[in-house]
Amino acid sequence: MSMTRQAEPAVTPPPAPGPKANDGRTTRRTPVRRLLARPEVGVFLGVVVVLVFFLIAAPPMRDSSSMANILYQSSTIGIMALPVALLMIGGEVDLSAGVAVVTSALTASMLAYQLSMNVWVGVIAALAVSLAVGMFNGWFLMKTGLPSFLVTLGTFLILQGINLAVTKTITGNVATDDISDMDGFAQAKALFASSFELGGVQVKITIVWWIVFAALAAWVLLRTKYGNWIFAVGGNKESARAVGVPVNFTKISLYMLVGFGAWFVGMHQLFSFNTVQSGEGVGQELIYIAAAVIGGCLMTGGYGSAIGPVFGAFMFGMVQQGIVYAGWNPDWFKAFLGVMLLGAVLINLWVQRTATRR
Amino acid sequence: MDRSSHHRPRRIVPLVAVAAAAALALAGCSSGSGGKKAEEGGGDGASAGKANTPQMTVALVTHQAPGDTFWDIVRKGAEAAAAKDNVKLVYSADPNAGNQANLVQNAIDQKVDGIAVTLAKPDALKSVLGKAEKAGIPVVGLNSGLSDWKDLGLLEFFGQDESVAGEAFGKKLNEVGAKNTVCVIHEQGNVGLTQRCDGLKKTFEGTTQILNVNGVDMPSVKSTITAKLKQDSAIDYVATLGAPFAPTAVQSVGDAGSKAKVATFDLNKDLTKAIQAGDIEFAVDQQPYLQGYLAVDGLWLYKNNGNYSGGGEQPVLTGPAFVDKSNVDAVSEYAAKGTR
Repeated sequence: MSMTRQAEPAVTPPPAPGPKANDGRTTRRTPVRRLLARPEVGVFLGVVVVLVFFLIAAPPMRDSSSMANILYQSSTIGIMALPVALLMIGGEVDLSAGVAVVTSALTASMLAYQLSMNVWVGVIAALAVSLAVGMFNGWFLMKTGLPSFLVTLGTFLILQGINLAVTKTITGNVATDDISDMDGFAQAKALFASSFELGGVQVKITIVWWIVFAALAAWVLLRTKYGNWIFAVGGNKESARAVGVPVNFTKISLYMLVGFGAWFVGMHQLFSFNTVQSGEGVGQELIYIAAAVIGGCLMTGGYGSAIGPVFGAFMFGMVQQGIVYAGWNPDWFKAFLGVMLLGAVLINLWVQRTATRR
Repeated sequence: MDRSSHHRPRRIVPLVAVAAAAALALAGCSSGSGGKKAEEGGGDGASAGKANTPQMTVALVTHQAPGDTFWDIVRKGAEAAAAKDNVKLVYSADPNAGNQANLVQNAIDQKVDGIAVTLAKPDALKSVLGKAEKAGIPVVGLNSGLSDWKDLGLLEFFGQDESVAGEAFGKKLNEVGAKNTVCVIHEQGNVGLTQRCDGLKKTFEGTTQILNVNGVDMPSVKSTITAKLKQDSAIDYVATLGAPFAPTAVQSVGDAGSKAKVATFDLNKDLTKAIQAGDIEFAVDQQPYLQGYLAVDGLWLYKNNGNYSGGGEQPVLTGPAFVDKSNVDAVSEYAAKGTR
């Protein structure tokens, strides 16, 4: 495949009128081509290429426990990348998603500790706070009609400030207190941050949750009315409204789904590390968005899948850890990361264009 | 008016009922162990009455990134000194050197009586410190800038260069018989962290490797350290550069099935517990509380009695102070309060 063909615009210009009456635009594509046109196929092929590359370049990665480690890191990104991807298909972004994770963890930790409550009280309160933040994002967006970039940039900054200031005011420090000796901690840890043995390898529970959530998201997106609404509001809001799609409900609930994801990952961090640093999470929102985009979701909305972001997050985790497994010069770490991601996106793009060309 | 008084009870009653029910429900959920109740008692940090000198204003300008535990302790030290010396403390910080210079300019514009500043990137602060000198405002240095404070015309300096801490760390690693260590940088490109690793590398006789991790994402820190321990199974010591990352490194060591030990720069209360439990070998502490405290106190002494520590020639070193199993009990009480 030459570079010039890759650089062609997404919409192929109509071919010059030839001798044949059928110009090919209405012929049915072969099943292989239709499969290749799915949003997640490009990233799947990208993942395979990068995986093979690292299996050759980084011998320690061939170990099955290394794969468990990569999957763990991918799952903590992936659980958030799922709702972020759904939101993106629905035509919006959420820049507050990274710090919202920390907000949730801080809420649960401080509430339980300061009031000496069973940690489940904190966990439930954190869920309420996370959903409320999501609801506010969605409500404010629909009320004002401002771009979601602006609205969530606002909440991003607000939450960042609140995380720090409230933690400092309440605990006197910038990190929360250790809650690992409190009632209910062991149960919550079992749910959010435990690990189990599978074939001699310690597997983190977040990987299981990731797969469960992904299956759920895929089902909702492809098999339910709500899934259709998401595509509709992301494709064209006004047309969607005209045909009776509850646009406000769909968008607000999508933001609340992001809130739910933030809560889950936040609880994982809390019960995995016992304390939370208030300054964490900044910049993570871009990683979630990147995982969704690598996974084939369009930033303009209306197009994407739930399985794509799973591979997108896996790609991210694999590249990040693969560089370490390969033992490359760490100063170049971020540059390698960027090059690998661009490479993955290029493969993705190429597959898409080849497949949709008739 | 009448209406609202009629309506209000109706609206409030259900609310009160819900709140009361929630409170009752929550009361059944209190934790039998841990939590704040278990840790009540003990006052604030050191306090020693209050000076009767006229109030002065001191600006403390650091290169802190938001939410950093270390700087929080520096600030607490400065606040304790300010409370004692009848000083109004104005704290500001920005990790970007240009922005930090603007903050110093801001303090000059406010006509403060003294400025305490960290010199992470001395060149960027040169011109603005010249302006402070012109305006007749005494300036003291703290934390970073051990080799530059004199050239920049600062009155005195409290602290310890990051590279000195790193060198001390390296020597300690030699003492405990480490052969192969990995230095975990949690913020790539941070000058202070790089200096710590460079200092460590300089004095440590074994192999030193650098590992960059994403410090704002703990699960990622854990995975990356695990990956590194897998990649090189010869690593026998993990050196983290910030207190919160040491317990995470301990988890990584477990995940990787490695036998490596963990030691760290800086200190907090979870760390003192981990050192007592033997999970973490030692921590090197440059006593950030002391740096903040002495900087403010130094300006107060200069203003009220013309004293300056070190006579303008020598810096006042606040570290390196090692905390290990032998002395951890003595400092754990203060670390629990977040002042050491």
